[in-house]
Amino acid sequence: MSRIATRFAALKAANRKAFITFTSAGDPDLETFSAILAAQPAAGVDLIEIGMPFSDPVADGPAIEKANLRAFAAGINMKKILGIVADFRKTNKDTPIILMGYANPVYAYGLEKFVGDAHASGVDGLIIADLPPEEDTELRSFAVKKNIDVIRLLTPTTDEKRLPVVLNGASGFLYYVSVAGITGTKQAGVESVRRAVDAIRPHTNLPIGVGFGIATPEQAQEIAKHADAVIVGSAIVNRIAANLDDAGKAKPGLVGDVLGFIQALADATHRN
Amino acid sequence: MTKPNSFTTQPDKDGHFGAYGGRFVPETLMPLVLAVEAAYEQAKADPAFQVELDYYLKHYVGRPSPLFYAQRLTEHLGGAKIYLKREELNHTGAHKINHCMGQILLAKRMGKTRIIAETGAGQHGVATATVAALFNLPCTIYMGELDIERQKPNVFRMRLLGAEVKAVTSGSRSLKDAMNGALRDWVANVEDTFYIIGTVGGPHPYPMMVRDFQSVIGRETRAQMMEAEGRLPDSLVACVGGGSNAIGLFYDFLNDPEVAMYAVEAAGLGLDSGKHAATLTGGHMGILHGMRTYFLQNEDGQIEEAHSISAGLDYPGIGPEHAWLFDQKRVTYVSATDDESVEAFQLCAKMEGTLPALESAHALAFVTRFAPTLPRDHLMVVNLSGRGDKDIFTIADRLGVVL
Repeated sequence: MSRIATRFAALKAANRKAFITFTSAGDPDLETFSAILAAQPAAGVDLIEIGMPFSDPVADGPAIEKANLRAFAAGINMKKILGIVADFRKTNKDTPIILMGYANPVYAYGLEKFVGDAHASGVDGLIIADLPPEEDTELRSFAVKKNIDVIRLLTPTTDEKRLPVVLNGASGFLYYVSVAGITGTKQAGVESVRRAVDAIRPHTNLPIGVGFGIATPEQAQEIAKHADAVIVGSAIVNRIAANLDDAGKAKPGLVGDVLGFIQALADATHRN
Repeated sequence: MTKPNSFTTQPDKDGHFGAYGGRFVPETLMPLVLAVEAAYEQAKADPAFQVELDYYLKHYVGRPSPLFYAQRLTEHLGGAKIYLKREELNHTGAHKINHCMGQILLAKRMGKTRIIAETGAGQHGVATATVAALFNLPCTIYMGELDIERQKPNVFRMRLLGAEVKAVTSGSRSLKDAMNGALRDWVANVEDTFYIIGTVGGPHPYPMMVRDFQSVIGRETRAQMMEAEGRLPDSLVACVGGGSNAIGLFYDFLNDPEVAMYAVEAAGLGLDSGKHAATLTGGHMGILHGMRTYFLQNEDGQIEEAHSISAGLDYPGIGPEHAWLFDQKRVTYVSATDDESVEAFQLCAKMEGTLPALESAHALAFVTRFAPTLPRDHLMVVNLSGRGDKDIFTIADRLGVVL
């Protein structure tokens, strides 16, 4: 069983909801990023998404776009991202790591080589925002050999006709994008999320995570009532940005403050 | 590589031109691009749609555009007989109105109530704002902050036409970033909004649909050349950024092997300078803006900034059908620098009494190099895709003239 499936099975057995974070690799600098990453499991994070910064992140809002720019300034690249994951795996064998990004850097790396190196580094899942089911066949053909899950996205625009297309070939968990829009710009409506998750549930055995538009512990707690996992990204990225000085450097106390926020989100999610 | 029997059977049902094209968009947009595709297929099969489009092309756009024998330019260069396909005489001053008219009629059929578009030089933005005004639909145009600065007249024209012009301040602040801005808007406004894409790029069906709407250029050229000379042209020349005017001129001739085709990319400060927009010459296969094609990018797959004096060619990618035609060697892709294009701009003004758009001046720059090497009975058609009034500030700046 994959690390993602194992983790969700364990959570289900304990009757707990999963809390998932998203941060951009190398934001605000490589050292600070790795420090936050290493401490997340102890702060209550069940699965970790790491963004692979891209020059043209069309599915992302300003918060994550700026995080990408900070990461580029800090010298991030695909090889370093895989190195960060490998370092994390030296001390953590259980928490699933999911890389999230865009197709071009992955293709430029070489699809098969990327999947192979990601597997060797300890990556468990991939979310490629601009590879819809119609275009991810090649990626999945390599990923399945390495037991890496290619996580599919469902959105408010997914209708009855579209749903089977997305579910066919999905693995790991399903990522429900709770608002039609880019990351970090709109607030998820609890009632619409409940309706959407209830509509998806009968068609799949996969866990359903909800992300986009969840920014506070209160929202996380509400959404967790209806989903198997809550995903928070931009709000954490904003918390990192709030702890930078005028030159864009990490202020002392950044790691503690960000982890405190993550802990609060995790606790709220787990309160269900 | 085996030569295909026909160059006009692309794309396949999923929008692939050989290895290129496709639909590389976030899942939120997938149902929308599929809906645009279905609506377009339905419209294409409906004679009433073509009748309506033809009506507006004739009575509003002013088609057909003339094919004009450029006698003085021909004599000056002393080689090929040069004809100008005068797309700059269309309403709004460029070929962009051809695909805007097609797309807005489709938007109306689909019941969409809001229009968005990206623009580089502002020609597509002006054309979109124009048709949006004509059909009384609110319209938002995304434009890079850098382009807003260098294309002030077009920005003001769009505002006069009632469009909202939104400055895009991220990245290189030019056409690529404007397209990011428009895609982000579309993802957030999926219910009511139609995205009028300004080139043969983006996710399927856009590259095919924009090509179809632009192919009127080549169809007219064929008939006009038969009337003028009694035979097909020997060569076609057009500038290429995303590639809409080039594919528009070329498409109807792709299966005529005797017609050679030259597409002119922007070489900016020179191909070796690293500051250019010559995607096929200097780029690699990649994925952005919904399509697989060639892009200027670094070894880590990050998209690089293009450079061209012409805002309309300042894009690090190219339409997927061009990538395919490049691989098939059906079209020859060449380039012209900023300096050569400014020279050609002035030459065309003095020889033919026409200010060409800086984009089209790239095609003319290649012609000034190429035509003198050809015999006098060689018939060449150059797509004068837009007029240059919008560029006079850039040219003045280049020539050290204060207006």
